[in-house]
Amino acid sequence: MRVSEKEEKQFVISQENWSLHRKGYQDQERHVDKVKEAIRDNLPELISEESIIMSNGRDVIKIPIRSLDEYKIRYNYDKTKHVGQGDGDSQVGDVIARGTEDGESGSGQGKQAGDKAGQDYYEAEVTIAELENVLFKEMELPNLQQKEQADITTDKVEFNDIRKKGLMGNIDKKRTIITAIKRNAMKGKAEISPLNNDDLRFKTWDEVTKPESKAVVLAMMDTSGSMGAFEKYCARSFFFWMTRFLRSKYETVEIEFIAHHTEAKVVTEEAFFSKGESGGTICSSAYQKALELIAQKYNPTRFNIYPVHFSDGENMTSDNEKCLKLVNELMEVSSMFGYGEVNAHSRYSTLMNTYKKLDNPKFRHYVLKGNRDVYEALKSLFKATV
Amino acid sequence: MDKKLHHAIAEITEIASGFGLDYFPMRYEICPADIIYTFGAYGMPTRFTHWSFGKQFHKMKMQYDFGLSQIYELVINSNPCYAFLLDTNSLIQNKLIIAHVLAHCDFFKNNVRFSNTRRDMVESMTATAERIADYEMLHGKEEIESFLDAVLAIQEHIDPSIIRPKLPDYNLEEEEVETVRKTAYDDLWNIDQPANDKKSTVPKRKKFPPNPEKDLLLFIQEYSRELEEWQRDILTMLREEMLYFWPQLETKIMNEGWASYWHQRILREMDLTSDETIEFAKLNANVVQPSQTTINPYYLGLKIFEDIEKRYDHPNEEMKRIGIKPNSGREKMFEVREIESDISFIRNYLTKDLMKKEDLYLFEKKNGNYQITDKDYEHVRDQLVSMRVNGSFPYIVVEDGDYSRNGELYLKHGYEGTELDSRYLENVLPYIYQLWGRTVHLETYVENKLTLYSYDGKKASRSFI
Repeated sequence: MRVSEKEEKQFVISQENWSLHRKGYQDQERHVDKVKEAIRDNLPELISEESIIMSNGRDVIKIPIRSLDEYKIRYNYDKTKHVGQGDGDSQVGDVIARGTEDGESGSGQGKQAGDKAGQDYYEAEVTIAELENVLFKEMELPNLQQKEQADITTDKVEFNDIRKKGLMGNIDKKRTIITAIKRNAMKGKAEISPLNNDDLRFKTWDEVTKPESKAVVLAMMDTSGSMGAFEKYCARSFFFWMTRFLRSKYETVEIEFIAHHTEAKVVTEEAFFSKGESGGTICSSAYQKALELIAQKYNPTRFNIYPVHFSDGENMTSDNEKCLKLVNELMEVSSMFGYGEVNAHSRYSTLMNTYKKLDNPKFRHYVLKGNRDVYEALKSLFKATV
Repeated sequence: MDKKLHHAIAEITEIASGFGLDYFPMRYEICPADIIYTFGAYGMPTRFTHWSFGKQFHKMKMQYDFGLSQIYELVINSNPCYAFLLDTNSLIQNKLIIAHVLAHCDFFKNNVRFSNTRRDMVESMTATAERIADYEMLHGKEEIESFLDAVLAIQEHIDPSIIRPKLPDYNLEEEEVETVRKTAYDDLWNIDQPANDKKSTVPKRKKFPPNPEKDLLLFIQEYSRELEEWQRDILTMLREEMLYFWPQLETKIMNEGWASYWHQRILREMDLTSDETIEFAKLNANVVQPSQTTINPYYLGLKIFEDIEKRYDHPNEEMKRIGIKPNSGREKMFEVREIESDISFIRNYLTKDLMKKEDLYLFEKKNGNYQITDKDYEHVRDQLVSMRVNGSFPYIVVEDGDYSRNGELYLKHGYEGTELDSRYLENVLPYIYQLWGRTVHLETYVENKLTLYSYDGKKASRSFI
């Protein structure tokens, strides 16, 4: 196309190849890394976030990541007058946008979430799987013992090596071509042909034998009247992550849920978490039930058994000795016995006092004082034995 | 397509010149969406690397992918002027954008606020990006990132005056204050008072800075005892970039209004097919759409310019009396685009009639909801103006660079009725501390009480003065 000289000077149209321009993606990647860092740093708060525990397996949850705001000296949006525009008949008093709940605190400390009127508040979308990745790195099933090997070994074939000799069917085309190009490039021309026998690369496999362990977790929880909303919530988030941990880490893990007050019942997972009953507490009833279950279904020669009990520690004093005896019995057949006590105000706990006498590496306990401790409890109960 | 586009650009350029628009030579670059959005997020085709740009890019790109928003125009204030076109644009979309960016370019070239901006900023920012990348190699990515985090938190606090004296070389020595004698006979007036000359020559601490300093970035760059050479270098470069962007903050309403006026006007001169006309009308309606909860600069700017044209084309008696000739609308518009910025533009040309016609109002948070609270002309206008002061950022000055005689930094917020976001402020002070190296204070008002926020490197505190 002929263009007059004057036009040529005034404008130029061009279309470059931008495919190597990755800057936006690179910095986006860095931002994603920072979100991950923030998640790691805030893990104790995050894992007891209500929106997660109540998410019922919804995979994506929104959590506020405050450290990733870009802070500036700026005006307080809610204490500022703004200008808007109506369609001709606006009146003083018209509501044009809904506010957030906590905006009226007045101290200027409001932590407003983003709403329609233009607040910028960074909420990261995090999948539960991402949280799990970070959290579960720090957890391990302790005292895992190999049981009845025949039943639980798996053979796997893993393609994990590249060799110069192999079956034609397993040829690695990409690597073969790259090798050829490299060799040809050394002679001056980066081309695929000629392709020598020496360039051929083959995928090769190894046979991997992995013993797989079977485990069962006996989740026991006090659902008596003395367990308040906070205590139940802690126990609930603990078991939430525990079940997720076990189910993600080992394929064959079974879980039994035992709810107890003065007597114990085996219940479904759902009933276990939503159960609320009143009455006194006899912890030994749960241990008794656990022993029964083991005798019936979970032969200790085949299963690693992990009984974990959550309570507020307010057991009937007369029952404590019996508890001690049963816990010892349970430990004989189990890999570990976990006891989590939710005790926000450091009350004197009769049950804990009794358990202090226990001196057995299989016995693990943690006292939770607040939401954050769920994380510590998980780490402490599920750590590999050294 | 390419031929048609070329033809369309030639035609639009000719029409624009015919209207008297005066622009730099244009460079149109056609590129894919992710590139346009990268430039949009960074504000430039080449800029240094920082995660906040990545965050912005991700947000913008996602909205685009979901079809929620689209960048219509991307134009760089430079000579030659770069404008970017999305490779999926239809011809009519491109026509609108080209007319629009020509007007932007005319504005960049002729508005007085832009008279000091560096037209070689594309190259300069490329150099900055390379320098910062070199520093990353030398000092480690984390170190650079943490420093950039701190500088970016306060980057708007510069002095963008068109004419600005250099930061004076403050002499930190203590100096004698002399008693001033105006005439040889001054002594006579004090003849019946005991001689107290000696008292007034007691050494007095010289103020540092002598007058409150608006340019926080420059002040830190010059006087922080904490910074390494490379850190001062980065500060200088980021300040340059901010000075370059500043006129765009100050003229957002005018600039967009001007561009929207001209894309409408220029396309009216063109032969569009009926399909094109409909698509153009849709696009145009999208761009200049008023909003209930914020001011759309495209729309408000456009309406004010149209109003100026109408009023100066048909002046009323009063206007005639002061010498305004009929049909001088266009001429007046060109004058306005040259000498005004948003603040004076609104104050001088947003008339009572226009505001009533456009149904502007004030709203604020009441009982948990955002409610219209005022429709008074002067109140609305003044609020619009006051929110544009200092590019919409709170006005902060350095009051004392040697507070408590301990090298502490005392900042003061020029409070004019709007409180600061205290949560944000408490998070920014540690950044300033990081740059200054000693305790940092900021004075402002909270609930009409004079309040001092401080950060001493360990904890933030707030006290009433």
